[in-house]
Amino acid sequence: MVKYIIPLLLFSILSIFLAIGLNLKPNEIPSPLINTQAPPFNADQLQNPLQKLSPTDLKGQVWLLNVWASWCSSCREEHKVLNHLAQQKMAVIVGLNYKDSNEAANNWLNTLGNPYTTTIVDPEGRIGLDWGVYGVPETFVIDKQGIVRHKLTGPVTDDNVQQLLIPLIKQLQME
Amino acid sequence: MKIKFLLIILLLLFPQLSNAAIESRELANPEQQVIYENLISELRCLVCQNQTIGESNADLASDLRRQVYEMLQQGQSKQDILLYMANRYGDFVLYNPPFKAKTSLLWLGPVLFLVGGLISAFLFIRHKKQNKLLLLEDNPEQTEKLEKIRSLLNTGDRS
Repeated sequence: MVKYIIPLLLFSILSIFLAIGLNLKPNEIPSPLINTQAPPFNADQLQNPLQKLSPTDLKGQVWLLNVWASWCSSCREEHKVLNHLAQQKMAVIVGLNYKDSNEAANNWLNTLGNPYTTTIVDPEGRIGLDWGVYGVPETFVIDKQGIVRHKLTGPVTDDNVQQLLIPLIKQLQME
Repeated sequence: MKIKFLLIILLLLFPQLSNAAIESRELANPEQQVIYENLISELRCLVCQNQTIGESNADLASDLRRQVYEMLQQGQSKQDILLYMANRYGDFVLYNPPFKAKTSLLWLGPVLFLVGGLISAFLFIRHKKQNKLLLLEDNPEQTEKLEKIRSLLNTGDRS
């Protein structure tokens, strides 16, 4: 009897590991920035070139940092969702225009609408590197103390907004 | 057909063509140059999976190479740079990850498999041996047969 059970057992264990392997998302790398201070930057603003923006300017409010670029096709999909979220005025949304030209970025915002309270520019991807950005779009949630609390890799969807972002923002507003 | 074949052979003769997109950087200090080459072959390109930033021509890989280069120019050490990368991209970015609670399975896994394998091999062999002994000792029918065989072997079959 044992003779038959052992291979079956081994096969079951193997299947479990294979099933876990199939469901892993190797493209999503957990960010070590979660629960640490937001990496500092002093960035030019797209529509207000004379003024710089740094994370300390946003202390005391819950804000999102959305990394986007006009060359990124899934950003287009995400943009509608962001527009919708911005209408609810729940949190400040800062856009980080990543490795893009100001002209293309302005064009994009003029045609698709502008969900961002302000957009900062990162033409060489240096701020992005400091924030551990490895693909666009990415979205970070930062709390009132300037601590990164969550990171979304890939386009923000309606489900993300309803199930994750809105409850999280509400919770962080209360803190 | 023949031309296609020849073209393939020709392309195989120039494997370095595929590296054309990776720029070469020179550091003033030859020691730092070695560290640079080391680092870019130890850091993982996050968007290409299973390639180092020294092998990949992805945009992100080239940004990471630039960062490594600039940090070396500023006089930062290899450890500083590895820490900088790990603090932003996690241990995943390191092809040579540190031993931690989180990475213990990664490091100890092969040892566990070896020990497991040795134990099961040992048990399997012992089990076999015991079976053989049992076969010889506890089974009168078998002993009888064995003795018959032995006597046949010793005396030969005269029939």
